[in-house]
Amino acid sequence: MTTKSPEATTGQKLIQGVTGPWEIVIGLEVHAQVSSNSKLFSGAATEFGAAPNSQVSLVDAAMPGMLPVINKYCVEQAVRTGLGLEAQINNYSVFDRKNYFYPDLPQGYQISQYLQPIVGEGTVLLDMPDGKTVEIGIERLHLEQDAGKSIHDMHPQHSLVDLNRSGVALMEIVSKPDIRSSEEAGLYVTKLRSILRYLGTCDGNMEQGSMRADVNVSVRRPGEELGTRCEIKNMNSIRFIRAAIEYEARRQVDVIEEGGTITQETLLYDTANGVTRSMRSKEEAHDYRYFPDPDLLPLELDQSWVDEIRLSLPELPDQKKKRFIDDLGLSPYDASVLVADRERAAYFETVAEGRDGKLASNWVTSDLFGALKKSNLDVTESPVSAEALGRLIDLISDNTISGKIAKQVFEIMFAEGGEAADIVEARGLRQVTDSGAIEAVVDDIIAANPEKAAEVATKPKALGWFVGQVMKATQGKANPQAVNEILKKKLGG
Amino acid sequence: MSQLTDMTLAQMRDGLRAKTFSAHDLAEAHLTEMEASRILNAFLVETGDKALAMARESDKHLEAGTARPLEGIPLGIKDLFCVKDVPTTAGSHILEGFSPPYESTVTQNLWHDGAVCLGKLNMDEFAMGSSNETSYFGPVKNPWRRAGSNQDLVPGGSSGGSAAAVAAKLVPGATGTDTGGSIRQPAAVTGIVGVKPTYGRCSRWGVVAFASSLDQAGPLARTVQDCAIMLKSMAGHDPKDSTSLKVDVPDFEAAMTGDVKGLRIGVPKEYRVDNMPEEIDALWQQGIEWLKAAGAEIVDVTLPHTKYALPAYYIVAPAEASSNLARYDGVRYGLREAGTDITELYENSRAAGFGHEVQRRVMIGTYVLSAGYYDAYYLQAQKVRTLIKRDFDEAWATCDAILTPTTPGPAFAIGEKADDPLEMYLNDIFTVTANMSGLPAISIPGGVTKDGLPLGLQLIGKALDEETLFRVGGVIEEAAQFTAQPDVWWR
Repeated sequence: MTTKSPEATTGQKLIQGVTGPWEIVIGLEVHAQVSSNSKLFSGAATEFGAAPNSQVSLVDAAMPGMLPVINKYCVEQAVRTGLGLEAQINNYSVFDRKNYFYPDLPQGYQISQYLQPIVGEGTVLLDMPDGKTVEIGIERLHLEQDAGKSIHDMHPQHSLVDLNRSGVALMEIVSKPDIRSSEEAGLYVTKLRSILRYLGTCDGNMEQGSMRADVNVSVRRPGEELGTRCEIKNMNSIRFIRAAIEYEARRQVDVIEEGGTITQETLLYDTANGVTRSMRSKEEAHDYRYFPDPDLLPLELDQSWVDEIRLSLPELPDQKKKRFIDDLGLSPYDASVLVADRERAAYFETVAEGRDGKLASNWVTSDLFGALKKSNLDVTESPVSAEALGRLIDLISDNTISGKIAKQVFEIMFAEGGEAADIVEARGLRQVTDSGAIEAVVDDIIAANPEKAAEVATKPKALGWFVGQVMKATQGKANPQAVNEILKKKLGG
Repeated sequence: MSQLTDMTLAQMRDGLRAKTFSAHDLAEAHLTEMEASRILNAFLVETGDKALAMARESDKHLEAGTARPLEGIPLGIKDLFCVKDVPTTAGSHILEGFSPPYESTVTQNLWHDGAVCLGKLNMDEFAMGSSNETSYFGPVKNPWRRAGSNQDLVPGGSSGGSAAAVAAKLVPGATGTDTGGSIRQPAAVTGIVGVKPTYGRCSRWGVVAFASSLDQAGPLARTVQDCAIMLKSMAGHDPKDSTSLKVDVPDFEAAMTGDVKGLRIGVPKEYRVDNMPEEIDALWQQGIEWLKAAGAEIVDVTLPHTKYALPAYYIVAPAEASSNLARYDGVRYGLREAGTDITELYENSRAAGFGHEVQRRVMIGTYVLSAGYYDAYYLQAQKVRTLIKRDFDEAWATCDAILTPTTPGPAFAIGEKADDPLEMYLNDIFTVTANMSGLPAISIPGGVTKDGLPLGLQLIGKALDEETLFRVGGVIEEAAQFTAQPDVWWR
């Protein structure tokens, strides 16, 4: 896809209009559901897929006199995320009420953080396909409650409300308007999700709505002031985010080039028709009447507690990638592929433990990932465990089998299970290293092909033909190194 | 001792322990009084069966010698407190028919200590009012009348039902809540004692919210000691209320030593407001003399930002209320008035469910929080609040408690101020500062007007120093010898 877009060929991220090139300016607000068993201000459960209104406490239903109490674990998860984004942690932050009426918002306000969020500025690095790195600034991260869910199509006269989500903790992660293409936007969401999963602070499951994004898009001629932005609400797929940006940027360019102006509005992306549609204009925008929630004290964090969380952070994708390149000798590309997913990286590291990093990387990125992709399996569902793959690689390293035989063994392991060593034994795949046995085969082949043998003196490459014949005769089990040496000894070359 | 209901709460406690009478006797006596006094409109719900059942339980404890601090003491509960499975309306049509499936922490604490629930007490709608006239269920009548007059007077508000019930001896004590004076002002105009504790002393969990940063529960009773006994049981840290203070509850009763020698009592000149009735000023002067005579040192203090307190209060409180009352939308519980769409359902339900005063405050609150007005109103009011707190902090350098009148006047007639909200709001002029600063305060009956209506003196204390208030309050009570009683016209 990237090769077709103009930026890939020109190195620019601009899009062409009738009157000239345009720059897209994108900022994302990602809502990431905090991985927590209970809600932000109540003890109710947060499990996905429960029966409607079965996970609702008195607080979540906003019964009279009910009060919110902050869930410390959710705060810890927000701090952990902030640290993972290399962001400023604000040891003093404030919860505010965002007031508006909606049936799935029982309190009539959402508890959020407005002027003083728990996390300030940070950074996310994007690894571009061309090997370059793009830095996207994080403006802030704040904690807030999710609303419930309104269902409008289950009853002819009534709307139904499910409050299971009401009060679930969200982290709203706001980027700076640093993103310049739909590709960068997609990579940004992917990278953010990867970091959150490494940290264990959000499962990043976009289909279940644990991660959603509001996308702000504007266009401008290069070097000019920022244009008027439109906000595409509630996107829960990277593919649609990219498509919506492409559509919306083109729409805005067309409007401006036809002499119109962009009006600030909130949009929804119609996935069926691939177009954005107006949801409400600026005039219809809510006045949220934010003010500090008097039911909650300002959130004050101990620096020592923040430091403890910092010490408990796992190695994150960027650090891991650097280590894979520097210490294990991996190519930047392979390193990127391996670290993008926490489970994949963990699998690889188990395989690479005490073994040659590059060899392990080759096996994991090409053989394993290839086989998984073909079977449509996730690395966590791999029929070959990392330990088992490691032991297979050991059989290559200690010359029990050749690399070629190993691939055969791997296929058997992947399809039927089993231990590499057992498969090698049972099927007699052990490499022949006994030089006497190999010599006997070599002698037979030389004897049967005297004219070929004579060729070797003038054409050293002809030796390769003999290697092939020996391997064929031994069903690949002869140690190729030993075969080479013996052939050279007998035929010269 | 003519009647069981004439006793103070402390006397009842002693009588129960001495087995002079049973908790059942006591509950019955009060239920009889309540039934005979319905013309006062003090109770919204009488929980007779519940009361007798709880009393029987108390009698078992008394019999077994396992009496708890409030064993067998019957109490009335302001309708702002959720009592499990008992209708709780906050005096509003919008909550008519609502029975919470949960118990507020404060009432739970009272029942845990052996108290008996007599019923739910009338109040201004959502605690917004100073006369109990904004209740959807009709005004409460003050047991007191002007000498020689049959005109019905207001009992103050918003805890008007609580104050009237205590003054008329339908209950020995009642819970109230005080957001701008809602315990102290009704206590003052009905001749009883009312305490607004330090913000955070009593849990707000299960109390229908008016203005969260100002609301505080407290007791109303006929003596300072009775209030001390009640508060001891009501107070305490509650992990379910994030603003509840993690501090031990002292023995307030033990703090009443009767000795104020050497205590410094501040008298703030800013409370001498324009057009202050002479009787109020005279009472205040009298209070000063009593304390001086008891050995306290009277010091002049200055609280320069006092005049901004009332306007700032009438921004902060409605702002919070506008948000707190958003949950009454007709969707999940309470009144629902149908509409063709959701907006109409909201509009119809809230228009029918909220009375005028509540609507007025919701509108004021919405306005002061709106974009473009927030800085000029809400933020400015919060700054005033900080300055008021600072005034008190500075005053504490030279005094241990502050003495002021509780109200600018005695009880007024029903309807007299109902059409003039600003006039009505002035009732809170001496009381809002304690809410704005979070400080504890108490109102003690000091005397009567020439018409025979009670007036109160207010003491404001340092944060978490209710003990000094009970100590000084006890001395004022002793000196005042307030023995006036309303003529019993209501039964």
